[in-house]
Amino acid sequence: MNWADLNLMPALPEMFLLGALLVILMLDLFISDAKRVITYSLSLVTLAVCAFLQINTFEPFASYTFSGMFIDDPMSDIVKVAMYGVTATVLVYTRQYATDRGLFKGEYFTLSLFALLGMNFMVSASNFVSLYLGLELLSLSLYSLIALQRDSARATESAMKYFVLGALASGLLLYGMSMLYGATGSLDLALIAKSIASGSANQTLLVFGLVFIVAGLAFKLGAVPFHMWVPDVYHGAPTALTLMIGAAPKLAAFVFVVRILVQGLGGMVADWQGMLAIIAVLSMAIGNITAIAQTNLKRMLAYSTISHMGFLLLGLIAGTPEGYSAAMFYAIVYVLTTLVGFGILLGLSRAGFECETLDDLKGLNSRNSWYALLMLLALFSMAGIPPLAGFYAKFAVIQAIVNVNLVWLAVVAVLMSLIGAFYYLRAVKAMYFDDVQDNSPISMAGDMKLVLSINAIALLVLGVMPERLVAMCVQAMKLSLTTL
Amino acid sequence: MLTLTHFLVLAGILFAISVLGIFLNRKNLIVLLMAIELMLLAVNYNFIAFSHYLSDSAGQIFVFFILTVAAAESAIGLAILVVLFRNLNSINVEDLGSLKG
Repeated sequence: MNWADLNLMPALPEMFLLGALLVILMLDLFISDAKRVITYSLSLVTLAVCAFLQINTFEPFASYTFSGMFIDDPMSDIVKVAMYGVTATVLVYTRQYATDRGLFKGEYFTLSLFALLGMNFMVSASNFVSLYLGLELLSLSLYSLIALQRDSARATESAMKYFVLGALASGLLLYGMSMLYGATGSLDLALIAKSIASGSANQTLLVFGLVFIVAGLAFKLGAVPFHMWVPDVYHGAPTALTLMIGAAPKLAAFVFVVRILVQGLGGMVADWQGMLAIIAVLSMAIGNITAIAQTNLKRMLAYSTISHMGFLLLGLIAGTPEGYSAAMFYAIVYVLTTLVGFGILLGLSRAGFECETLDDLKGLNSRNSWYALLMLLALFSMAGIPPLAGFYAKFAVIQAIVNVNLVWLAVVAVLMSLIGAFYYLRAVKAMYFDDVQDNSPISMAGDMKLVLSINAIALLVLGVMPERLVAMCVQAMKLSLTTL
Repeated sequence: MLTLTHFLVLAGILFAISVLGIFLNRKNLIVLLMAIELMLLAVNYNFIAFSHYLSDSAGQIFVFFILTVAAAESAIGLAILVVLFRNLNSINVEDLGSLKG
Protein backbone atom coordinates (compact mmCIF):
# COMPACT_ATOMS: atom_id res chain seq x y z
CA MET A 1 0.00 0.00 0.00
CA ASN A 2 1.19 3.45 -0.91
CA TRP A 3 0.74 5.99 1.90
CA ALA A 4 0.52 8.87 -0.56
CA ASP A 5 -2.79 7.40 -1.78
CA LEU A 6 -4.26 7.43 1.70
CA ASN A 7 -6.91 10.12 1.59
CA LEU A 8 -8.97 10.28 4.74
CA MET A 9 -10.73 13.53 3.88
CA PRO A 10 -14.10 11.91 3.05
CA ALA A 11 -14.28 10.68 6.65
CA LEU A 12 -13.11 13.95 8.20
CA PRO A 13 -16.36 14.77 10.07
CA GLU A 14 -16.50 11.24 11.50
CA MET A 15 -12.90 11.41 12.66
CA PHE A 16 -13.54 14.77 14.29
CA LEU A 17 -16.67 13.35 15.94
CA LEU A 18 -14.74 10.38 17.33
CA GLY A 19 -11.92 12.58 18.61
CA ALA A 20 -14.27 15.08 20.24
CA LEU A 21 -16.27 12.22 21.68
CA LEU A 22 -13.21 10.76 23.40
CA VAL A 23 -12.27 14.19 24.76
CA ILE A 24 -15.79 14.63 26.16
CA LEU A 25 -15.65 11.14 27.65
CA MET A 26 -12.41 11.98 29.50
CA LEU A 27 -13.34 15.55 30.51
CA ASP A 28 -16.65 14.43 31.91
CA LEU A 29 -14.85 12.36 34.55
CA PHE A 30 -13.60 15.57 36.12
CA ILE A 31 -16.89 17.43 36.02
CA SER A 32 -19.25 17.41 39.00
CA ASP A 33 -22.98 16.84 38.55
CA ALA A 34 -23.73 20.51 39.10
CA LYS A 35 -21.55 21.50 36.16
CA ARG A 36 -22.81 18.82 33.79
CA VAL A 37 -24.00 21.59 31.52
CA ILE A 38 -20.37 21.85 30.32
CA THR A 39 -20.61 18.35 28.83
CA TYR A 40 -23.93 19.32 27.30
CA SER A 41 -22.49 22.47 25.69
CA LEU A 42 -19.42 20.61 24.43
CA SER A 43 -21.67 18.01 22.77
CA LEU A 44 -23.64 20.74 21.02
CA VAL A 45 -20.43 22.45 19.88
CA THR A 46 -19.13 19.11 18.56
CA LEU A 47 -22.31 18.64 16.53
CA ALA A 48 -22.07 22.17 15.14
CA VAL A 49 -18.44 21.66 14.09
CA CYS A 50 -19.30 18.30 12.49
CA ALA A 51 -22.08 19.94 10.46
CA PHE A 52 -19.69 22.71 9.46
CA LEU A 53 -17.02 20.21 8.31
CA GLN A 54 -19.62 18.15 6.48
CA ILE A 55 -20.93 21.14 4.55
CA ASN A 56 -17.45 22.43 3.81
CA THR A 57 -16.15 19.15 2.44
CA PHE A 58 -19.22 18.71 0.24
CA GLU A 59 -18.46 17.37 -3.23
CA PRO A 60 -21.04 16.63 -5.92
CA PHE A 61 -19.64 13.13 -6.52
CA ALA A 62 -18.85 10.00 -4.52
CA SER A 63 -15.42 9.62 -2.97
CA TYR A 64 -14.09 6.56 -1.18
CA THR A 65 -11.71 5.99 1.67
CA PHE A 66 -10.59 3.11 3.95
CA SER A 67 -10.01 0.86 0.92
CA GLY A 68 -13.48 1.42 -0.47
CA MET A 69 -15.22 0.59 2.80
CA PHE A 70 -16.42 4.14 3.33
CA ILE A 71 -18.24 6.22 0.76
CA ASP A 72 -18.98 9.91 0.91
CA ASP A 73 -21.66 10.93 -1.59
CA PRO A 74 -24.26 13.74 -1.75
CA MET A 75 -26.99 11.49 -0.34
CA SER A 76 -24.95 10.71 2.77
CA ASP A 77 -23.90 14.36 3.14
CA ILE A 78 -27.47 15.64 3.27
CA VAL A 79 -28.63 12.93 5.64
CA LYS A 80 -25.62 13.42 7.92
CA VAL A 81 -26.17 17.16 8.19
CA ALA A 82 -29.82 16.42 9.02
CA MET A 83 -28.72 13.90 11.66
CA TYR A 84 -26.37 16.39 13.35
CA GLY A 85 -29.24 18.88 13.50
CA VAL A 86 -31.69 16.30 14.78
CA THR A 87 -29.33 15.01 17.47
CA ALA A 88 -28.61 18.56 18.67
CA THR A 89 -32.36 19.28 18.77
CA VAL A 90 -32.98 16.10 20.75
CA LEU A 91 -30.33 17.14 23.29
CA VAL A 92 -31.93 20.58 23.67
CA TYR A 93 -35.43 19.13 24.08
CA THR A 94 -34.39 16.51 26.60
CA ARG A 95 -32.19 18.63 28.88
CA GLN A 96 -34.87 19.53 31.42
CA TYR A 97 -36.53 16.11 31.27
CA ALA A 98 -33.23 14.27 31.74
CA THR A 99 -32.17 16.55 34.61
CA ASP A 100 -35.45 15.91 36.44
CA ARG A 101 -34.99 12.15 36.18
CA GLY A 102 -31.31 11.88 36.98
CA LEU A 103 -30.41 10.95 33.40
CA PHE A 104 -28.38 14.10 32.80
CA LYS A 105 -25.03 12.34 33.13
CA GLY A 106 -21.92 12.01 31.05
CA GLU A 107 -22.99 8.63 29.69
CA TYR A 108 -26.11 10.16 28.21
CA PHE A 109 -24.04 12.42 25.95
CA THR A 110 -21.25 10.04 25.09
CA LEU A 111 -23.67 7.24 24.21
CA SER A 112 -25.80 9.62 22.11
CA LEU A 113 -22.71 10.71 20.22
CA PHE A 114 -21.55 7.10 19.80
CA ALA A 115 -24.99 6.29 18.39
CA LEU A 116 -24.56 9.20 15.99
CA LEU A 117 -21.14 7.91 14.94
CA GLY A 118 -22.71 4.51 14.28
CA MET A 119 -25.42 6.15 12.17
CA ASN A 120 -22.81 8.07 10.21
CA PHE A 121 -21.07 4.82 9.39
CA MET A 122 -24.34 3.15 8.40
CA VAL A 123 -25.06 6.02 6.06
CA SER A 124 -21.58 6.01 4.54
CA ALA A 125 -20.83 2.30 4.35
CA SER A 126 -20.25 0.62 1.01
CA ASN A 127 -19.27 -2.80 2.24
CA PHE A 128 -21.14 -5.38 4.31
CA VAL A 129 -18.48 -5.21 7.03
CA SER A 130 -18.81 -1.46 7.53
CA LEU A 131 -22.60 -1.61 7.21
CA TYR A 132 -22.75 -4.21 9.96
CA LEU A 133 -20.30 -2.42 12.25
CA GLY A 134 -22.14 0.90 11.89
CA LEU A 135 -25.46 -0.77 12.60
CA GLU A 136 -24.13 -2.51 15.70
CA LEU A 137 -22.46 0.64 17.04
CA LEU A 138 -25.85 2.37 16.79
CA SER A 139 -27.82 -0.54 18.26
CA LEU A 140 -25.48 -1.24 21.18
CA SER A 141 -25.49 2.45 22.14
CA LEU A 142 -29.28 2.57 21.99
CA TYR A 143 -29.72 -0.58 24.12
CA SER A 144 -27.58 0.90 26.85
CA LEU A 145 -29.19 4.35 26.56
CA ILE A 146 -32.63 2.86 27.22
CA ALA A 147 -31.35 0.95 30.23
CA LEU A 148 -29.74 4.13 31.57
CA GLN A 149 -32.72 4.70 33.87
CA ARG A 150 -31.73 1.59 35.76
CA ASP A 151 -34.16 1.83 38.68
CA SER A 152 -37.17 1.77 36.38
CA ALA A 153 -38.65 -1.68 35.76
CA ARG A 154 -40.42 -0.41 32.66
CA ALA A 155 -37.31 1.06 31.06
CA THR A 156 -35.18 -2.03 31.71
CA GLU A 157 -37.90 -4.32 30.43
CA SER A 158 -38.14 -2.38 27.20
CA ALA A 159 -34.33 -2.35 26.92
CA MET A 160 -34.35 -6.16 27.19
CA LYS A 161 -37.05 -6.51 24.54
CA TYR A 162 -35.25 -4.12 22.24
CA PHE A 163 -32.01 -5.98 22.79
CA VAL A 164 -33.39 -9.44 22.04
CA LEU A 165 -35.34 -8.40 18.94
CA GLY A 166 -32.55 -6.11 17.73
CA ALA A 167 -30.04 -8.94 18.01
CA LEU A 168 -32.45 -11.25 16.17
CA ALA A 169 -32.73 -8.67 13.38
CA SER A 170 -28.94 -8.37 13.13
CA GLY A 171 -28.74 -12.16 12.98
CA LEU A 172 -31.26 -12.33 10.11
CA LEU A 173 -29.45 -9.56 8.26
CA LEU A 174 -26.09 -11.28 8.69
CA TYR A 175 -27.47 -14.61 7.54
CA GLY A 176 -28.74 -12.90 4.41
CA MET A 177 -25.39 -11.20 3.92
CA SER A 178 -23.59 -14.54 4.17
CA MET A 179 -25.85 -15.96 1.45
CA LEU A 180 -25.19 -12.98 -0.81
CA TYR A 181 -21.49 -13.37 -0.14
CA GLY A 182 -21.70 -16.99 -1.17
CA ALA A 183 -23.65 -16.14 -4.31
CA THR A 184 -21.54 -13.22 -5.51
CA GLY A 185 -18.16 -13.88 -3.88
CA SER A 186 -17.82 -10.35 -2.58
CA LEU A 187 -18.72 -8.19 0.41
CA ASP A 188 -18.48 -4.92 -1.50
CA LEU A 189 -21.80 -3.43 -2.60
CA ALA A 190 -20.50 -2.23 -5.99
CA LEU A 191 -18.97 -5.63 -6.79
CA ILE A 192 -22.13 -7.40 -5.65
CA ALA A 193 -24.20 -5.18 -7.95
CA LYS A 194 -21.80 -5.96 -10.80
CA SER A 195 -21.94 -9.69 -10.16
CA ILE A 196 -25.76 -9.67 -10.10
CA ALA A 197 -25.90 -7.61 -13.30
CA SER A 198 -23.60 -10.02 -15.11
CA GLY A 199 -25.87 -12.93 -14.19
CA SER A 200 -22.98 -15.04 -12.89
CA ALA A 201 -24.38 -15.27 -9.36
CA ASN A 202 -26.29 -18.32 -8.14
CA GLN A 203 -29.98 -17.31 -8.32
CA THR A 204 -31.27 -19.61 -5.56
CA LEU A 205 -28.72 -18.34 -3.06
CA LEU A 206 -29.41 -14.74 -4.09
CA VAL A 207 -33.17 -14.97 -3.54
CA PHE A 208 -32.68 -16.89 -0.30
CA GLY A 209 -30.29 -14.22 0.95
CA LEU A 210 -32.60 -11.43 -0.18
CA VAL A 211 -35.50 -12.78 1.90
CA PHE A 212 -33.38 -12.68 5.06
CA ILE A 213 -32.01 -9.25 4.23
CA VAL A 214 -35.50 -7.80 3.70
CA ALA A 215 -36.70 -9.39 6.96
CA GLY A 216 -33.74 -7.92 8.85
CA LEU A 217 -34.25 -4.48 7.34
CA ALA A 218 -37.99 -4.56 8.10
CA PHE A 219 -37.11 -5.39 11.72
CA LYS A 220 -34.79 -2.42 11.94
CA LEU A 221 -37.32 -0.07 10.34
CA GLY A 222 -40.09 -1.45 12.55
CA ALA A 223 -42.39 -2.50 9.71
CA VAL A 224 -45.13 -5.15 10.02
CA PRO A 225 -44.80 -8.18 10.50
CA PHE A 226 -41.58 -7.39 12.36
CA HIS A 227 -42.95 -4.48 14.39
CA MET A 228 -43.66 -6.05 17.81
CA TRP A 229 -40.80 -4.27 19.51
CA VAL A 230 -41.75 -0.74 18.43
CA PRO A 231 -44.77 -0.06 20.70
CA ASP A 232 -43.19 -1.71 23.74
CA VAL A 233 -39.92 0.14 23.38
CA TYR A 234 -41.56 3.51 22.65
CA HIS A 235 -43.85 3.05 25.63
CA GLY A 236 -41.35 1.68 28.13
CA ALA A 237 -38.36 3.90 27.43
CA PRO A 238 -38.17 7.30 29.12
CA THR A 239 -39.71 9.83 26.68
CA ALA A 240 -36.32 11.48 26.08
CA LEU A 241 -34.95 8.20 24.77
CA THR A 242 -38.09 7.38 22.84
CA LEU A 243 -37.38 10.57 20.94
CA MET A 244 -33.74 9.56 20.52
CA ILE A 245 -34.76 6.20 18.98
CA GLY A 246 -37.58 7.62 16.90
CA ALA A 247 -35.71 10.49 15.29
CA ALA A 248 -32.24 10.26 13.72
CA PRO A 249 -32.03 6.41 13.54
CA LYS A 250 -34.98 6.42 11.13
CA LEU A 251 -33.00 8.58 8.72
CA ALA A 252 -30.00 6.30 9.04
CA ALA A 253 -32.16 3.21 8.57
CA PHE A 254 -33.62 4.70 5.40
CA VAL A 255 -30.20 5.26 3.81
CA PHE A 256 -29.12 1.83 5.05
CA VAL A 257 -32.03 0.27 3.16
CA VAL A 258 -31.22 2.30 0.03
CA ARG A 259 -27.56 1.25 0.17
CA ILE A 260 -28.35 -2.45 0.43
CA LEU A 261 -31.46 -2.80 -1.70
CA VAL A 262 -30.89 -0.14 -4.34
CA GLN A 263 -27.12 0.15 -4.64
CA GLY A 264 -26.21 -3.44 -3.82
CA LEU A 265 -29.24 -5.41 -4.97
CA GLY A 266 -30.60 -2.99 -7.56
CA GLY A 267 -30.47 -5.79 -10.12
CA MET A 268 -33.07 -7.74 -8.13
CA VAL A 269 -35.57 -4.90 -7.95
CA ALA A 270 -38.37 -7.11 -9.29
CA ASP A 271 -37.78 -9.59 -6.44
CA TRP A 272 -37.77 -7.14 -3.54
CA GLN A 273 -40.53 -4.90 -4.87
CA GLY A 274 -43.18 -7.54 -4.16
CA MET A 275 -41.88 -8.26 -0.66
CA LEU A 276 -41.72 -4.57 0.23
CA ALA A 277 -45.24 -4.03 -1.16
CA ILE A 278 -46.66 -6.63 1.26
CA ILE A 279 -44.70 -5.14 4.15
CA ALA A 280 -45.79 -1.59 3.27
CA VAL A 281 -49.51 -2.46 2.97
CA LEU A 282 -49.48 -4.42 6.25
CA SER A 283 -47.57 -1.64 8.03
CA MET A 284 -49.98 1.06 6.91
CA ALA A 285 -53.02 -1.06 7.78
CA ILE A 286 -51.97 -2.52 11.13
CA GLY A 287 -50.17 0.66 12.24
CA ASN A 288 -53.12 2.94 11.60
CA ILE A 289 -55.87 0.61 12.78
CA THR A 290 -54.14 -0.42 16.01
CA ALA A 291 -53.26 3.18 16.82
CA ILE A 292 -56.98 3.97 17.09
CA ALA A 293 -57.27 1.65 20.09
CA GLN A 294 -54.44 3.33 22.02
CA THR A 295 -55.00 5.74 24.89
CA ASN A 296 -51.31 6.09 25.65
CA LEU A 297 -49.83 8.77 23.41
CA LYS A 298 -46.38 7.18 23.24
CA ARG A 299 -47.92 3.89 22.11
CA MET A 300 -50.13 5.74 19.67
CA LEU A 301 -47.14 7.52 18.18
CA ALA A 302 -45.33 4.16 18.00
CA TYR A 303 -48.11 2.69 15.85
CA SER A 304 -48.15 5.89 13.84
CA THR A 305 -44.41 5.38 13.25
CA ILE A 306 -45.11 1.89 11.95
CA SER A 307 -47.61 3.28 9.45
CA HIS A 308 -45.20 6.04 8.42
CA MET A 309 -42.55 3.41 7.71
CA GLY A 310 -45.08 1.81 5.38
CA PHE A 311 -45.43 5.10 3.50
CA LEU A 312 -41.67 5.50 3.39
CA LEU A 313 -41.36 2.07 1.77
CA LEU A 314 -43.81 3.12 -0.96
CA GLY A 315 -41.16 5.42 -2.37
CA LEU A 316 -38.68 2.54 -2.54
CA ILE A 317 -41.24 0.20 -4.10
CA ALA A 318 -41.60 2.61 -7.01
CA GLY A 319 -37.99 1.69 -7.86
CA THR A 320 -37.37 4.97 -9.68
CA PRO A 321 -34.98 7.81 -8.77
CA GLU A 322 -38.08 9.95 -8.34
CA GLY A 323 -39.44 7.46 -5.79
CA TYR A 324 -36.16 7.26 -3.88
CA SER A 325 -35.94 11.03 -3.56
CA ALA A 326 -39.61 11.19 -2.49
CA ALA A 327 -38.83 8.61 0.21
CA MET A 328 -35.81 10.64 1.33
CA PHE A 329 -37.98 13.75 1.59
CA TYR A 330 -40.54 11.70 3.52
CA ALA A 331 -37.91 10.48 5.98
CA ILE A 332 -36.65 14.01 6.68
CA VAL A 333 -40.17 15.43 7.12
CA TYR A 334 -41.18 12.50 9.31
CA VAL A 335 -38.24 13.07 11.64
CA LEU A 336 -38.95 16.81 11.91
CA THR A 337 -42.59 16.05 12.77
CA THR A 338 -41.68 13.44 15.38
CA LEU A 339 -39.36 15.94 17.03
CA VAL A 340 -42.24 18.38 17.54
CA GLY A 341 -44.68 15.72 18.76
CA PHE A 342 -42.35 14.24 21.35
CA GLY A 343 -40.91 17.68 22.13
CA ILE A 344 -44.35 18.78 23.37
CA LEU A 345 -44.71 15.60 25.45
CA LEU A 346 -41.27 16.28 26.97
CA GLY A 347 -42.18 19.90 27.65
CA LEU A 348 -45.43 18.99 29.38
CA SER A 349 -43.72 16.41 31.60
CA ARG A 350 -42.14 17.60 34.83
CA ALA A 351 -40.38 16.04 37.82
CA GLY A 352 -42.56 13.19 39.02
CA PHE A 353 -45.07 13.45 36.19
CA GLU A 354 -44.98 11.87 32.74
CA CYS A 355 -47.20 13.36 30.08
CA GLU A 356 -48.11 10.29 28.08
CA THR A 357 -51.85 9.63 27.96
CA LEU A 358 -54.52 11.28 25.88
CA ASP A 359 -56.04 12.68 29.10
CA ASP A 360 -52.86 14.63 29.78
CA LEU A 361 -53.43 16.63 26.60
CA LYS A 362 -57.02 17.58 27.50
CA GLY A 363 -57.63 21.30 27.46
CA LEU A 364 -54.06 22.13 26.48
CA ASN A 365 -55.38 25.08 24.51
CA SER A 366 -56.68 26.80 27.63
CA ARG A 367 -53.50 26.03 29.55
CA ASN A 368 -51.18 27.33 26.88
CA SER A 369 -52.51 28.05 23.42
CA TRP A 370 -49.05 28.34 21.79
CA TYR A 371 -48.03 24.78 22.72
CA ALA A 372 -51.43 23.53 21.64
CA LEU A 373 -50.89 25.20 18.27
CA LEU A 374 -47.42 23.63 17.88
CA MET A 375 -48.82 20.19 18.72
CA LEU A 376 -51.65 20.81 16.27
CA LEU A 377 -49.11 21.49 13.52
CA ALA A 378 -47.28 18.25 14.32
CA LEU A 379 -50.46 16.15 14.41
CA PHE A 380 -51.81 17.67 11.20
CA SER A 381 -48.48 17.08 9.50
CA MET A 382 -48.52 13.41 10.59
CA ALA A 383 -52.08 13.07 9.34
CA GLY A 384 -51.04 14.60 6.02
CA ILE A 385 -53.33 17.61 6.01
CA PRO A 386 -52.32 20.44 3.66
CA PRO A 387 -50.59 22.88 3.79
CA LEU A 388 -48.20 21.05 6.17
CA ALA A 389 -45.05 19.25 5.13
CA GLY A 390 -46.54 15.82 5.89
CA PHE A 391 -49.10 16.34 3.14
CA TYR A 392 -46.51 17.08 0.50
CA ALA A 393 -44.37 14.12 1.64
CA LYS A 394 -47.31 11.70 1.32
CA PHE A 395 -48.28 13.28 -1.99
CA ALA A 396 -44.76 12.78 -3.39
CA VAL A 397 -44.50 9.07 -2.52
CA ILE A 398 -48.01 8.36 -3.79
CA GLN A 399 -47.26 10.21 -7.02
CA ALA A 400 -44.11 8.12 -7.44
CA ILE A 401 -46.02 4.83 -7.23
CA VAL A 402 -48.83 6.05 -9.47
CA ASN A 403 -46.19 6.87 -12.07
CA VAL A 404 -45.10 3.23 -12.15
CA ASN A 405 -48.73 2.08 -12.52
CA LEU A 406 -49.18 0.70 -9.01
CA VAL A 407 -52.54 2.44 -8.63
CA TRP A 408 -53.97 -0.16 -6.23
CA LEU A 409 -51.13 0.56 -3.81
CA ALA A 410 -51.84 4.27 -4.03
CA VAL A 411 -55.52 3.67 -3.27
CA VAL A 412 -54.63 1.57 -0.22
CA ALA A 413 -52.24 4.28 0.96
CA VAL A 414 -54.86 7.03 0.68
CA LEU A 415 -57.50 4.93 2.48
CA MET A 416 -55.06 4.14 5.28
CA SER A 417 -54.06 7.75 5.76
CA LEU A 418 -57.78 8.55 5.99
CA ILE A 419 -58.14 6.01 8.82
CA GLY A 420 -55.02 7.48 10.40
CA ALA A 421 -56.49 10.97 10.40
CA PHE A 422 -59.06 9.79 12.95
CA TYR A 423 -56.69 9.29 15.85
CA TYR A 424 -54.65 12.39 15.12
CA LEU A 425 -57.83 14.45 15.08
CA ARG A 426 -58.96 12.81 18.31
CA ALA A 427 -55.85 14.18 20.00
CA VAL A 428 -56.58 17.61 18.48
CA LYS A 429 -60.13 17.44 19.84
CA ALA A 430 -58.78 16.60 23.31
CA MET A 431 -56.53 19.66 23.20
CA TYR A 432 -59.11 22.15 21.96
CA PHE A 433 -62.55 21.01 23.05
CA ASP A 434 -62.15 18.95 26.23
CA ASP A 435 -62.03 20.30 29.77
CA VAL A 436 -58.74 20.67 31.54
CA GLN A 437 -57.97 17.81 33.93
CA ASP A 438 -54.59 18.91 35.19
CA ASN A 439 -54.07 22.62 35.53
CA SER A 440 -50.49 22.74 36.80
CA PRO A 441 -48.36 25.41 35.12
CA ILE A 442 -46.18 24.42 32.16
CA SER A 443 -42.58 25.49 32.51
CA MET A 444 -40.48 25.05 29.41
CA ALA A 445 -36.91 26.32 29.22
CA GLY A 446 -36.47 29.35 26.95
CA ASP A 447 -34.06 27.70 24.51
CA MET A 448 -36.31 24.69 24.14
CA LYS A 449 -39.35 26.90 23.53
CA LEU A 450 -37.46 28.74 20.79
CA VAL A 451 -36.15 25.60 19.04
CA LEU A 452 -39.52 23.87 19.32
CA SER A 453 -41.29 26.85 17.76
CA ILE A 454 -38.78 27.04 14.90
CA ASN A 455 -39.09 23.28 14.42
CA ALA A 456 -42.89 23.41 14.19
CA ILE A 457 -42.92 26.44 11.93
CA ALA A 458 -40.43 24.65 9.67
CA LEU A 459 -43.16 22.03 9.10
CA LEU A 460 -45.46 24.76 7.83
CA VAL A 461 -42.76 26.43 5.72
CA LEU A 462 -41.70 23.10 4.19
CA GLY A 463 -45.32 22.35 3.41
CA VAL A 464 -45.88 25.64 1.62
CA MET A 465 -42.53 25.76 -0.18
CA PRO A 466 -41.10 22.25 -0.40
CA GLU A 467 -39.31 22.96 -3.69
CA ARG A 468 -35.82 23.59 -2.32
CA LEU A 469 -35.60 20.51 -0.12
CA VAL A 470 -37.22 18.37 -2.82
CA ALA A 471 -34.73 19.66 -5.39
CA MET A 472 -31.87 18.84 -3.00
CA CYS A 473 -33.18 15.30 -2.46
CA VAL A 474 -33.67 14.73 -6.18
CA GLN A 475 -30.22 16.07 -6.99
CA ALA A 476 -28.55 14.04 -4.23
CA MET A 477 -30.24 10.81 -5.29
CA LYS A 478 -29.36 11.41 -8.92
CA LEU A 479 -25.70 12.07 -8.15
CA SER A 480 -25.37 9.23 -5.63
CA LEU A 481 -27.13 6.47 -7.49
CA THR A 482 -25.41 7.02 -10.82
CA THR A 483 -21.85 7.19 -9.51
CA LEU A 484 -21.79 3.79 -7.86
CA MET B 1 -16.51 -36.34 1.04
CA LEU B 2 -17.80 -33.15 2.65
CA THR B 3 -19.15 -30.59 0.20
CA LEU B 4 -20.28 -26.99 0.59
CA THR B 5 -23.89 -28.17 0.88
CA HIS B 6 -23.12 -30.14 4.05
CA PHE B 7 -21.76 -27.03 5.73
CA LEU B 8 -24.66 -24.88 4.57
CA VAL B 9 -27.19 -27.40 5.86
CA LEU B 10 -25.43 -27.57 9.22
CA ALA B 11 -25.41 -23.77 9.46
CA GLY B 12 -29.06 -23.70 8.44
CA ILE B 13 -29.98 -26.20 11.15
CA LEU B 14 -28.05 -24.21 13.79
CA PHE B 15 -29.76 -21.02 12.63
CA ALA B 16 -33.20 -22.64 12.78
CA ILE B 17 -32.52 -23.97 16.29
CA SER B 18 -31.53 -20.50 17.47
CA VAL B 19 -34.60 -18.80 15.95
CA LEU B 20 -36.84 -21.43 17.52
CA GLY B 21 -34.97 -20.92 20.77
CA ILE B 22 -35.84 -17.22 20.72
CA PHE B 23 -39.50 -17.68 19.89
CA LEU B 24 -40.41 -20.86 21.76
CA ASN B 25 -38.45 -20.20 24.92
CA ARG B 26 -40.84 -18.96 27.63
CA LYS B 27 -38.69 -19.71 30.64
CA ASN B 28 -35.25 -18.25 31.04
CA LEU B 29 -33.72 -15.10 29.58
CA ILE B 30 -30.23 -16.57 29.71
CA VAL B 31 -31.31 -19.28 27.29
CA LEU B 32 -32.45 -16.47 25.02
CA LEU B 33 -29.00 -14.87 25.12
CA MET B 34 -27.50 -18.25 24.31
CA ALA B 35 -29.81 -18.59 21.32
CA ILE B 36 -28.64 -15.20 20.05
CA GLU B 37 -25.01 -16.30 20.33
CA LEU B 38 -25.80 -19.52 18.51
CA MET B 39 -27.41 -17.53 15.73
CA LEU B 40 -24.27 -15.47 15.17
CA LEU B 41 -22.14 -18.62 15.23
CA ALA B 42 -24.36 -20.21 12.58
CA VAL B 43 -23.74 -17.16 10.41
CA ASN B 44 -20.00 -17.45 11.03
CA TYR B 45 -20.14 -21.06 9.91
CA ASN B 46 -21.75 -19.95 6.67
CA PHE B 47 -19.13 -17.28 6.06
CA ILE B 48 -16.24 -19.63 6.69
CA ALA B 49 -17.70 -22.33 4.45
CA PHE B 50 -18.25 -19.88 1.59
CA SER B 51 -14.90 -18.26 2.16
CA HIS B 52 -13.11 -21.60 1.86
CA TYR B 53 -15.18 -22.64 -1.12
CA LEU B 54 -14.58 -19.32 -2.95
CA SER B 55 -10.89 -19.17 -1.86
CA ASP B 56 -11.51 -15.60 -0.74
CA SER B 57 -10.34 -14.49 2.69
CA ALA B 58 -12.78 -11.58 3.09
CA GLY B 59 -15.43 -13.87 4.57
CA GLN B 60 -13.09 -15.10 7.29
CA ILE B 61 -12.12 -11.55 8.16
CA PHE B 62 -15.79 -10.67 8.50
CA VAL B 63 -16.06 -13.55 10.99
CA PHE B 64 -13.51 -11.89 13.27
CA PHE B 65 -15.60 -8.72 13.26
CA ILE B 66 -18.77 -10.65 14.00
CA LEU B 67 -17.11 -12.47 16.90
CA THR B 68 -15.89 -9.19 18.37
CA VAL B 69 -19.29 -7.54 18.07
CA ALA B 70 -20.95 -10.66 19.51
CA ALA B 71 -18.73 -10.37 22.59
CA ALA B 72 -19.71 -6.73 23.07
CA GLU B 73 -23.32 -7.60 22.45
CA SER B 74 -23.44 -10.34 25.05
CA ALA B 75 -21.70 -8.04 27.56
CA ILE B 76 -24.46 -5.46 27.09
CA GLY B 77 -27.14 -8.16 27.11
CA LEU B 78 -25.92 -9.55 30.43
CA ALA B 79 -25.64 -6.03 31.87
CA ILE B 80 -29.26 -5.34 30.96
CA LEU B 81 -30.17 -8.73 32.43
CA VAL B 82 -28.53 -7.84 35.77
CA VAL B 83 -30.37 -4.50 35.90
CA LEU B 84 -33.63 -6.22 35.02
CA PHE B 85 -33.12 -8.82 37.75
CA ARG B 86 -32.61 -6.05 40.33
CA ASN B 87 -35.92 -4.50 39.33
CA LEU B 88 -38.06 -7.59 38.85
CA ASN B 89 -36.29 -10.21 40.99
CA SER B 90 -36.79 -12.64 38.13
CA ILE B 91 -35.31 -13.49 34.78
CA ASN B 92 -38.35 -15.37 33.60
CA VAL B 93 -39.50 -14.40 30.11
CA GLU B 94 -43.14 -14.56 31.21
CA ASP B 95 -42.57 -11.82 33.77
CA LEU B 96 -41.74 -9.36 31.00
CA GLY B 97 -45.37 -8.46 30.45
CA SER B 98 -45.90 -5.01 31.95
CA LEU B 99 -45.95 -3.31 28.56
CA LYS B 100 -49.17 -4.26 26.78
CA GLY B 101 -51.75 -2.61 24.61
